Amino acid sequence: MLNSREAAEPAPVVLATDGVSFSYGSSGSYGREPVLSDVSIAVRAGEFAALAGPNGSGKSTLLRIVLGLLAPDSGSVTLFGERPGQLRERWRIGYVPQRPRIAPDLPATVEEVVAAGRLAKQGWWRRSRAADREAVDHAIESVALTQSRRRRLAELSGGEQQRAIIAKALSAEPELLVLDEPTAGVDVESQRLFRDSLVHLVREHRTTVLLVSHELGAVADDLDHLVVLKGRVVFDGTPGELAVSLGVHRDDLPLWLEDLQS
Amino acid sequence: MNALPGMPWDLPWPFERSYMQLALLAGIVVGATAPLIGVFVVQKGMSLVGDGLGHVAVAGIGAALLLGTSPTWTAMVFAIVAALVIEWLRVRGSATGDLALALVFYGGIAGGVVLASRSATNTNLAPYLFGSILTATANDVWTVIVLGAVIVLAVAVAGRAMLAVVLDEDAARVSGVPAGALNTLLAVLTAVTVVAAMRIVGVLLVAALMVLPVATSRLAARSFRGTMFGAVGVGVASAVLGLAAARQWALAAGGTIVLVATALFAIASALAGVRKASTHAGSLVAGPH
Repeated sequence: MLNSREAAEPAPVVLATDGVSFSYGSSGSYGREPVLSDVSIAVRAGEFAALAGPNGSGKSTLLRIVLGLLAPDSGSVTLFGERPGQLRERWRIGYVPQRPRIAPDLPATVEEVVAAGRLAKQGWWRRSRAADREAVDHAIESVALTQSRRRRLAELSGGEQQRAIIAKALSAEPELLVLDEPTAGVDVESQRLFRDSLVHLVREHRTTVLLVSHELGAVADDLDHLVVLKGRVVFDGTPGELAVSLGVHRDDLPLWLEDLQS
Repeated sequence: MNALPGMPWDLPWPFERSYMQLALLAGIVVGATAPLIGVFVVQKGMSLVGDGLGHVAVAGIGAALLLGTSPTWTAMVFAIVAALVIEWLRVRGSATGDLALALVFYGGIAGGVVLASRSATNTNLAPYLFGSILTATANDVWTVIVLGAVIVLAVAVAGRAMLAVVLDEDAARVSGVPAGALNTLLAVLTAVTVVAAMRIVGVLLVAALMVLPVATSRLAARSFRGTMFGAVGVGVASAVLGLAAARQWALAAGGTIVLVATALFAIASALAGVRKASTHAGSLVAGPH
């Protein structure tokens, strides 16, 4: 429940794109189809936001542009009010990439992988201090991997590996967590733990979450903000508003979102 | 100068003579530092980059013989420039087909042979191709020690961040870890390692000391840190045992060191196979009836 002050003053925008367009390939290439056209979105602090859209709708490309990993052909991006390349406190962003490649012979343990995520906050050249070790412990605990912390990441199931990668992003205690298809191909138990973790982060720690997922149906009831993308923004609002605009019952929205992805 | 102060030290056979003690010092430093860099290079899927940089270092030696400059430092300049070019090609995505790397590497060794053939001095490349640790001077050993110290210091400061980049370059970049600079640092350190190991095992075998101890350690270690320290142990053991065997049977020291590293890998693989089989059998016995 928002108090009157919060209701009067909307939370600050932490992530915004303004008229972003993008095409793969060099400019002038024959048959160069735009992946994104004039995309403008804004995610506010403390929101649980999601990007939905069919395969090839540009969701992952938009995330990579927002994070500064790709440069848009036109338009602009701001993170915490700064251009991605100019933001100095990069630890404020946690990123869980799509299908991270875990080499089967990677010797690193869960604890080592999660601690690697903490470097963003502690300074990559500094030794770990007590607060850093506590943050790593807490991140591992939050994804229910405490018992497996000294096991090699490569020995874990796909779902457990993905939870460890999420813990890696959480260990820097980011203010904005960006996740790209984090539960693709993972088991139901891991999906449930993942959903609970995200809801806990948003509600208890007021972390802003931007999620791209094929399993949006599982979190549809928890979302504050939904953007539907098909190369351009075709919807931007709350899940309730989407249900109204589609003329479907709110309870049927998770099913509709699952259909949308395919 | 063919000895360090106080040499020969009071060491048992086969290291009782000054030249063997110089070789032992150089071997221990290279045996420890090559796997220290190798653990990152292997995890990056670039196991053979040390081999390629060794080829380019040959061009540096050829140029040094022609110009009368220091072979070590000229090879260092060539290897570092090549490492930076390879990293640049990798970032641009141009090196995926191995063709660009092959051009750099084979151009390097061909250039080295041609340059050396034009040199006025009657020097051949064999000591650099296959190593000549038993003829190392105190100055050579000091050079190896200084280069080894640079590598150890760099890994001590940047090792965890290099692991973060190896794990996921994009995620590291997003979170503000300077992935580009760390990749460049790793490329330069790989070049430094190649040149440091050049006199010990030779440029043609240098990649073996970067890769084999890591492969051996990875079979038993339970963590990245454990793999790193285990690989250093295997590298040092290979150098010490290889030198001892070379002395005993009058063998080429560089090749013997690498053969010992290969044998240690074979033994560790066999033991890992036995352990896996017994674990599997145990789980079958303990399984539901």
